[in-house]
Order: sequence, then C-alpha cells, then structure tokens
Amino acid sequence: MTVVRFRNQKIVEDIYIQELGQELFRLVEADGRQRLLLDFAAVDFLSSAALGKLITLDKKMKAHGGTLKLSNIRPEIYEVFAITKLNRLFDIRKDEADALAAFL
Amino acid sequence: MTEEKWTWQCDRAIPSDAHLGRRMLDEVLDRLEDLHWSRRDIFAVHLAVDEALVNAISHGNGSDAGKRVQFSCRLSPQKIRVEITDEGPGFDPQALPDPTAPERLDFPGGRGVMLMRAFMSRVEFQDRGNHVVLEKSRSS
Repeated sequence: MTVVRFRNQKIVEDIYIQELGQELFRLVEADGRQRLLLDFAAVDFLSSAALGKLITLDKKMKAHGGTLKLSNIRPEIYEVFAITKLNRLFDIRKDEADALAAFL
Repeated sequence: MTEEKWTWQCDRAIPSDAHLGRRMLDEVLDRLEDLHWSRRDIFAVHLAVDEALVNAISHGNGSDAGKRVQFSCRLSPQKIRVEITDEGPGFDPQALPDPTAPERLDFPGGRGVMLMRAFMSRVEFQDRGNHVVLEKSRSS
C-alpha cells in the first residue's frame, strides 16, 4: 500500500492541484502502484477543482486495475463528499489502519 | 423586512485572477475568525465563495485578465453577504445538470453551484446570471 499524506492544509490553489494531479498520476501510470491511500489528516479545505482531480485519479487507478482509498477526512470535508454523492464513488475510510485492513 | 446592520464592508473590483480572488477571500475569512464564527460556518463561506469566484473568473470572464470581477462583502454580527459580478454573458442556473446523477458522478466538474446552494443560507443569481448573491446566517 502506498500512502500519500498531504502537507498542504488547503488543496485549492490551481498550481498545487495541477502538480498534485501529476504526481499522483505518475505513481499510478509510471510507478504502477496498485494500492493507493490518500491521507487527508492535514487537510482542512478542499475545492471542487481538487475533487475533480481525485475523480480523474480514481478513474486512472481503476483503469490500471488498482484501488484508491481516502482516509482521515474531516467532518466538514466529508460533508462535501456526501452532498455531491462522491462518497459512493470513493472508498473513504476512518484512518490508515482501517484502510489497510480493507486492502487486505 | 428589517434592514441588516452591517458592521463591516468591502467593495473591490479585481482582474480575473484566481490568486487575487483568493487573497480577497482570505481577508474576509480572517474577519470571520476575528468574530469567532464557528469552524463549520467559516468552511461553508470559504467553499461557497471560492466556488463563486472561480465561476466568475473562469467561466464568466473566461480567465481574461482584461475583464474584472466585482466583489462586495457585508458583515453583521449574525450574517455575511457576498455579491460577485462578472462581465460574461451569464447563464441559466436552472439549466444546470444534476452532478449527482449516476451517469455524471464521475465527471470532474459541475459541482460548484450545487455546493454553493448546500453550504449557504441563500444563493440568488440575478441579472443574466452573471451576478450572484450569497448569504450565510451564523449558526452559532
């Protein structure tokens, strides 16, 4: 399992989202990572543009036969996933341990 | 209807630059923090206003730096009102497709207006759709 822990509290700036997308896509396409966990513990804000990047990442993972999970999402941000029904698209876990157990 | 007693206001016109828009938004959020608005309410305002600014800058003004976005903010002890106007052709917010429909769930965009409506107390598009009023009543 590859764990990505975001350092930026606010995933909103366009440049950051672009770079983030490129790095994550590289992990999947170039490095062939099959199990990816995105840890949102340090993130207190997420824009809909960032959500779009996550959706694209999820598609890439699935296309490569891999699995993406998200964890440690704050209640306010989880509400965004719930309102947009993206909690049905993404596999969201409470924490890293929960995600690891789910990968097994 | 009782007129709101605004205790702070700002009116700006900025070029269509997302970075400038976010700096302006940060000033507003700092005000809310100073007034001890809850984290949840500040998150709601942050998300909704950010979406509205991005819409105005990118969709309304086509990210054309020569076009401006008018931004006004009013704060009272219990309410915030933000009005954003772009120079674009406008749009019909009633005609937006439902981003939660199963066939659209994995589309990367199209959620901004929905999130604005979900997190603010009032969202109203005026004129040709290039002017939006966002209001949030403080929850605590």
